[in-house]
Amino acid sequence: MTLYQFLFYVFASSAVLSAIRVISVKNPVHAALFLVLTFFSTALVWILMEAEFLGIVLLLVYVGAVMVLFLFVVMMLDINLAPLREGFVRNLPVGVFVALVMVIELGLVVGAHSFGLSAYPAPTPAPADAANTLALGSVLYTDFVYPFEIAAFILLVSIVAAIVLAHRKREGVLYQNIDAQVRVRRADRLRIVSMPASKPVTAAEESEGKPS
Amino acid sequence: MISLSQFLIFGAMLFSISVAGIFLNRKNVLILLMAIELMLLAVNVNFIAFSHFLGDINGQVFVFFVLTVAAAEAAIGLAILVTLFRNRRTINVEDLTAMKG
Repeated sequence: MTLYQFLFYVFASSAVLSAIRVISVKNPVHAALFLVLTFFSTALVWILMEAEFLGIVLLLVYVGAVMVLFLFVVMMLDINLAPLREGFVRNLPVGVFVALVMVIELGLVVGAHSFGLSAYPAPTPAPADAANTLALGSVLYTDFVYPFEIAAFILLVSIVAAIVLAHRKREGVLYQNIDAQVRVRRADRLRIVSMPASKPVTAAEESEGKPS
Repeated sequence: MISLSQFLIFGAMLFSISVAGIFLNRKNVLILLMAIELMLLAVNVNFIAFSHFLGDINGQVFVFFVLTVAAAEAAIGLAILVTLFRNRRTINVEDLTAMKG
């Protein structure tokens, strides 16, 4: 068994076992943490397949951003877990049965007889200075530039949608009304009062008005 | 060496586990979202395996776009979940019957 095979079996089995834990643990926080482990192991499998850029992106984007978002939401919601778990044991046999049938069927389709080493020989390993990021970028910014722009636009739309959905107006909080502030004219704030110029105050009047 | 079918079976196992997760945790929207993320990951494993064995970089480009859309989907899904919990105080799928579907 070569080191490559050993690493593949370690990463793949850890990914599969932690995926099983994701769907079977009681606490959603633990499920999110096991999902982090699944993503991490799968990223390592991707790096074994010489997709280094995507492996790192999976770590940065998924483990770093999406799973942290999941953890934030899980910890923010005050969920009563008991009613969410009922039906788990009842559905267990049918769920395991469907999963096993799917694995066996997919194994028959993608098994070694059709996708084995004889049909698809292992590619020669890329040289040590092969740049996966360069190869990906050189097609991403030329052949796929329009899909790339659309992907950027999808991200922008999702930012706006997430903010609009999660934002709420609170009662009893004072907000700045910025458009009213910008729109204000001099006449709204300033009042010029015309007053007659008063005559100079004499000494007698001054002593009269003086408090005794 | 590892053959292509072993990578594909690894993806198939991840996919089947997430399908089983949808069966088992039918009531918890959070676990359902996590199972969907797991499904997308399994599909991406297949794309990268074929890209590696066929020597074609286009498979990795497609994975890049799937990752982008999945991140957007997770963000919007969680935002909907937070709004839902704020209004109904539950994330149980059985209680979400406002549309009588």
